[in-house]
Amino acid sequence: MNELNELMRNLLFLPKQASEYARSIDHLHFFVFIASMIGAWSVVATTLVFIVRYRRRQALQATEHVEPKPIQEAAFIGVPLVLFLIWFAIGYPQYVTLQTPPKDASDVYVMAKKWMWKFAYPGGPSSTDVLRVPVGRPVRLLLTSRDVIHSFFVPALRLKQDALPGRYTQTWFKASEPGRYPIFCAEYCGLGHSAMLGELVVMPTEEFDSWMEQQRRSNHLAAQDQQPIASEDVDLRGSLLDQGRRVAAMQGCFKCHSVDGTQHIGPTWLDLYNRKVRLEDGRTIVADEAYLTRSMMEPNAEVVAGYKPLMPTFQGKLSGPEAAAIVEFIKSLRTDAPSAEPQKGPIYVPIPGK
Amino acid sequence: MFPSPASEASYNSPNYLNAEKGVRSWLTTLDHKRIAVMYLGLVVAAFALGGFFAMLIRIELLTPGPTIMDAMTYNRMFTLHGVIMIFLFMIPAIPGVFGNFFLPLMLGAEDVAFPRINLFTVYLYLIGAAIAVWGMIQGGTDTGWTFYTPYSTTTVTTVAPVLLGAFILGMSSILTGVNFIVTIHTLRAPGLTWMRLPLFVWAIYATSIIQVLATPVLGMTLLLVAVEKAFGFGIFDPARGGDPILFQHLFWFYSHPAVYIMVLPAMAVVSEVVQAFARKNIFGYKAVAFSSLGIAFVGFFVWGHHLFTSGQSTFASGVFGVLSMFVGIFTAVKVFNWTATLYKGAIHVAAPFIYFLGFLYFLMFGGLTGIALSTVSLDVHWQDTYFVVAHFHFIMVGATIMAFLAGLHYWWPKMFGRMYSERWALAAAVLVILGFNATFIPQFLLGNMGMPRRYYSYPEQFWPLNVASTAGASLLAFGFIIVLVYLIVSLVSGRVAGPNPWGSRGYEWNTPSPPNVLNFPETPIITRGAHEYQDAPAGEVTHAS
Repeated sequence: MNELNELMRNLLFLPKQASEYARSIDHLHFFVFIASMIGAWSVVATTLVFIVRYRRRQALQATEHVEPKPIQEAAFIGVPLVLFLIWFAIGYPQYVTLQTPPKDASDVYVMAKKWMWKFAYPGGPSSTDVLRVPVGRPVRLLLTSRDVIHSFFVPALRLKQDALPGRYTQTWFKASEPGRYPIFCAEYCGLGHSAMLGELVVMPTEEFDSWMEQQRRSNHLAAQDQQPIASEDVDLRGSLLDQGRRVAAMQGCFKCHSVDGTQHIGPTWLDLYNRKVRLEDGRTIVADEAYLTRSMMEPNAEVVAGYKPLMPTFQGKLSGPEAAAIVEFIKSLRTDAPSAEPQKGPIYVPIPGK
Repeated sequence: MFPSPASEASYNSPNYLNAEKGVRSWLTTLDHKRIAVMYLGLVVAAFALGGFFAMLIRIELLTPGPTIMDAMTYNRMFTLHGVIMIFLFMIPAIPGVFGNFFLPLMLGAEDVAFPRINLFTVYLYLIGAAIAVWGMIQGGTDTGWTFYTPYSTTTVTTVAPVLLGAFILGMSSILTGVNFIVTIHTLRAPGLTWMRLPLFVWAIYATSIIQVLATPVLGMTLLLVAVEKAFGFGIFDPARGGDPILFQHLFWFYSHPAVYIMVLPAMAVVSEVVQAFARKNIFGYKAVAFSSLGIAFVGFFVWGHHLFTSGQSTFASGVFGVLSMFVGIFTAVKVFNWTATLYKGAIHVAAPFIYFLGFLYFLMFGGLTGIALSTVSLDVHWQDTYFVVAHFHFIMVGATIMAFLAGLHYWWPKMFGRMYSERWALAAAVLVILGFNATFIPQFLLGNMGMPRRYYSYPEQFWPLNVASTAGASLLAFGFIIVLVYLIVSLVSGRVAGPNPWGSRGYEWNTPSPPNVLNFPETPIITRGAHEYQDAPAGEVTHAS
């Protein structure tokens, strides 16, 4: 079975399968390929047989008038329909799996911009163009873009997800083979489109954990050494939580939203993440990353019941990573959290309008 | 192989080509046949231009790094290639040339319903083409033919002239569609019931419906982009409060049905060719006729299959995936019926028939890769890679070019009264089909490997297959040049064809070649369906002019 898999994979020029998901995608690919080849070449062979068997023997030859039987037309519809629906019945559940990250997945924020990839781990380090993940653990990617549409594509994972400006999209994977795999941008984004390359490094779990630990430590030191810089880019050296808190303070979010459960002009952020909230129009919605981001960009589209649509939009005021940082900060605000974040001195608020 | 049935074949004169002389008589003509010939000249010129840019793209991709141009030039090249091939060749080619020429002849009519509007569409096409091509060269548009926002609304290059050009070309397309619909409804000869209509007419009818219903959406979308770009309104650009995905929905709501605007006329042509060269009535007339309408209808509800990786809802993706498969079912019905038409036929293998076989081949493999894409999960890997490029070149370009060439070789003696060299035609047909395969099969494999489209440079592992693809493209270009040469030679010194060199019983062959200015001396009365070959060959004599 494994030899057959390798044979077909090489025959079709497919890259290595770096996850179980990639293997299952390829198996559907092989099935579709073989069934299509049999079907199509049967039609070609039939055509060739007819051409020889019924070649013209005299210039103005008369031919019999043939009318199809209903059963024949039914077969012409039925046979391909059944085959196509079988393929769909295999393919669509795979797609649903891809759209449904498991609950225990760890998050990585992906920010695409012309022409590079930035990866940020909550409470941890960030990197440019190199995404390190542990083998055998699910990883969820939350993607956004700072300028135009990009698309995050790892051929070895058979995985692709567009990164859109102004909103978050998500995808996930669980790599099963340690190794280094190319990342491409698949959505045309201008001059550097084909140079927007990255690398996925799948590491053995212990190696990943010690790398992450080391990164955290050096980040902490770096954070003590340097003042955060107010740049258009969020300073990706500190932890996302700190950035989120800082950006929220800078943008004046706390004028309306409390972080300790107190009622205010807007809903409190404490325990907000993943809570079911009832909206003004009667719908109930889960306050996930997507909802939280939407609420910053289009605040009055989904107003929580009991509140007035007063909030201004932060579209264009918050960059992708800043919004991500705020979401991450909101996610950390839980009554059941083991302890509050240790205070690291006053929150640095840069002067707006640099 | 088979001599012309009329052994004393005569060149009909005066005919629509030489009855009036002078450039002025052409520029002001209302004759659908002359308008078709003008379209032929225009779309062939557009095809040559688009093909030239395609060759430049292939040469650039011969090596992984820069080869003959910089990244900006490359981005402009594929934009030029896409816009010219789609808006100036694929969409107008078959309806503009064969639709205009043969629709009235098949219906037994003197002309289309609105001859003046028909001429107007030629001028709209010329104006639109001139503005678009001038705009692209002048402004250096680098957005790709899809104009995805917010790239297209934030790029430093000029986009507005191309959008305006495409808008005007859309107008031309809409008017042609309206004209054909009215012609088919009102100008059928006595006895020509709907169930006796040639299948060409059915498919052109389905095409016209799409042109009229979908093209206005393209116009609106392009206007919105222009408005955003010019006045800074936030429609699609999220930095101004817009929604970039909204553009993709609107764009594909036109541009996916537009694929059927390109491929349905191709199906129209081959339905005629297969019957003429097998001397056989179509196997399932109703199945072939109604599946055209089926494609036109379902084609409006599949646009979301371009957005499987955009973050569109999972449920929506599933619905769009299944609906896309129904297009495949209607296509499969046609493929099976065309193949079954050969059963108990009397098949003459000439150049048009070779192109019919090529059409069947590209439609089948292009179609099956399309079904594979609509399983949704496989699309995630292939989206925006060379697999998709190869897929749509097979089904949209391959099938349409095959049908265009099949029609051109089948109807050439009717349109110009002369034959071309059959030997050269067979050789060129084989070369074109092989070249097309050699160009695009490597691209399927590149897509499997994961090479994204619109790549100016690429990592080394993609090199060998890119070289293979460029070699195939050279073969293809060579094949097209041969076709062009022997057809021009045929115009000057080709053997006189006579009214019906193929012994075809399509209604359009009941005219002299080339036809008279007035198509029929008296309105024909239709007593049976086209392409009925069951009676004795004696009936053939009636074709005398």
